[in-house]
Amino acid sequence: MTNSLRTPYDGIVMAAPVTIPYARYSIESAQWWIGRALSAVVAKAGIKASDIDGLCVSSFTMGNDSGIGLTQHFGLCVRWLDTIPLGGASAIAALRKAARAVQAHDADIVACVAGDTNHVDSFRLTLENFSRFNQDAVYPYGAGGANASFALIARNYMRTFGVTREDVGRIAVAQRANALRNPHALMKTPLTIEQYLAARPISDPIHLFDCVMPCAGAEAFLVMRDETATSLGLPAARLLSTIERHNAFADDSMQLRGGWAMDIGELYAMAGVKPDDLDIVQTYDDYPVITMMQFEDLGFCAKGEGAAFVRQHDLTIEGDFPHNTSGGQLSAGQAGAAGAYLGLVEGLRQVLGEAGPTQVKNAKLGLAAGFGMINYDRGLASGAAIFAGPAR
Amino acid sequence: MLQRCEACGAFAYPAREACPACLSAGLAFVDAPRRGALLAETTARVPSDVYFRERAPWRIGLVKMDCGPTMVAHLHADCVEGAPVVMSFQLDKSGQAVAFARPEGETPNMADDRQWREMTADPKFRRVLVTNGRSVIGQEAVAALKAAGAKTVFVGVAEPWRPFAGEQLLRGQQGIEVVTLDASDEKSTADLAADIGGKVDILVNTTEYVRPGGLLDRRGTSIARDEIDQAYLGFINLAQAFGPAMRMRGADGVSSSAAWVNILSVHALANWPAFGAYSASQAACLSLSHCLRAELRPGGVKLLNLFTGPVDTEWFQTVPPPKVAPRAVAQAIVSGLKGGLEEMYVGDVAEEIRQRLAVNPKALERELDR
Repeated sequence: MTNSLRTPYDGIVMAAPVTIPYARYSIESAQWWIGRALSAVVAKAGIKASDIDGLCVSSFTMGNDSGIGLTQHFGLCVRWLDTIPLGGASAIAALRKAARAVQAHDADIVACVAGDTNHVDSFRLTLENFSRFNQDAVYPYGAGGANASFALIARNYMRTFGVTREDVGRIAVAQRANALRNPHALMKTPLTIEQYLAARPISDPIHLFDCVMPCAGAEAFLVMRDETATSLGLPAARLLSTIERHNAFADDSMQLRGGWAMDIGELYAMAGVKPDDLDIVQTYDDYPVITMMQFEDLGFCAKGEGAAFVRQHDLTIEGDFPHNTSGGQLSAGQAGAAGAYLGLVEGLRQVLGEAGPTQVKNAKLGLAAGFGMINYDRGLASGAAIFAGPAR
Repeated sequence: MLQRCEACGAFAYPAREACPACLSAGLAFVDAPRRGALLAETTARVPSDVYFRERAPWRIGLVKMDCGPTMVAHLHADCVEGAPVVMSFQLDKSGQAVAFARPEGETPNMADDRQWREMTADPKFRRVLVTNGRSVIGQEAVAALKAAGAKTVFVGVAEPWRPFAGEQLLRGQQGIEVVTLDASDEKSTADLAADIGGKVDILVNTTEYVRPGGLLDRRGTSIARDEIDQAYLGFINLAQAFGPAMRMRGADGVSSSAAWVNILSVHALANWPAFGAYSASQAACLSLSHCLRAELRPGGVKLLNLFTGPVDTEWFQTVPPPKVAPRAVAQAIVSGLKGGLEEMYVGDVAEEIRQRLAVNPKALERELDR
């Protein structure tokens, strides 16, 4: 195992994970959703808003605002501020930065929050204006957002490793089963593998149940030192390790692996745990094939064995490999940048033992991953964090 | 054309401001090797963009270029995963240059591909109006367009009772209809548009009015007025009569209205004093063509300008060679439409002026004064 030279996150904890229940469409602004999440995180932690001295926000739909404008909007006076536009990697990136900030005493309590609204036209407008390479070299091809781009990645991955739609479908079906226990999940009807296979094609081989449902929502949590959590009487999860990587493997002509594969040794070395030790895993599931890739790149199986792995494991809450326990983005909904937070926030609830209907018994050690920004032909950003509940 | 780093030679795509291999800012667009291999394809069935939604299913793929970059591309139906493809940039209906992948070899009926036709203005299966059948260029254009598979070629003739050379090439021919048209006459153009305006998929403006002379050796404005009447106001008459219906029919099935073609003197770009007033009338038409191109674009209709040097016709009799054969102009019209181009330079003189204008416009102006 690799040795990590990085400064350990000794005494850095996360607390008060909150989710503002998602809505398919909302006439409210992103600022409204972010405001609800801040209000909820303050209430849950039993602190005053003025106790927050660090803020980190992510959103696709807050217009020309960034973190600075939000401080005035929400009446916050902070001494540490960041705005993270990293799509599906935003939560891991926010956590990493906030952790170092509180470790260095640059801030005491950092609120990490992501929220997006979804007006009837928001999603299309986000697609149209996503990034420059996307505008130049993807949008004019009718890709219509991520679907066609991920279809190309999925097709190449599935052909290379002999993966069938049924293999990929197991992930989506298991997550739907989990979602049925999450009262806030947007998807409320069971999904069978037959229904999955019979779904209408969107962009071959991507079919309807491979796609997330864009929606409005917000997620948040607090990052602080453990003595702060103790003095507030807050249950908190310890941060053990993180990784983050951008534009990895640029010479791969198509994406068969994400940046995790570059940093996985360090992820486990810094945490001092093995993949087998994890009680719950929350991957970034913008498409189930990307989740399958993460099972490989995060070390649960070898490259090319993701399909066999999902065949051999039960990915539901009661299963031997509890995964995306809230239903994930595929079944709970993708609330823009909050989609990056969904796995981490649910993972924190799990290790804190407060996940309620989706609680995995004795969950103590969790992993959450992020992936994002398909700027052109591949997802550029990847990240992951390992954290432990107070029971461990 | 792709960007190539002047420092390290690496090709880059999508377009950017610094080389991803060495961070040099010296990225020039150069003709890149066109060959690549199709890595993966997908068929988008429910795109969110309304244009593609209307045209779904739409096939795209990711191509690894032999010269390095990978490119998202529209696919010809005969492209196969893993096989070599040949790439080109095509102007799509919005006028944006987009990458298009075709199979490396010829395949049967290759030009009839649905997605390819969306990028081009192929005259095959389409109805074309050639505005002046009295000119040799007009007659050659009719023949070339018919040979290219145009369904019907309407050919305008002013005062059709007056006989003219080559008349027998147009009358009584299958798929060729002689119609009465005097482009310089507002009523004549409006009458013809009322009759066939909804059937014109491609309009080839072959108006030709060439007179020698500049300013000081002419007396008065009567010739200049004729030049303006015929070329410039004729263009306006045609545009106002046929343009609106063409713009509306830009998405009218696989044989929609597709393009407007102007044949302009290359001296529209740089005045040739020996034909100085004529050059000016052509410059006016060129400027107007850019306006028409912008106004046709919302309908997805292209505008192709063909720039020629002196053509081998009677009004350029006194001009020494090289001159452009009318047939070469006609063939260029067809190849420009098939390629979906916006601009073409036909013949050696036109090409020379294009190049010299890019290098040193003041020197060109001085040297045309001979």
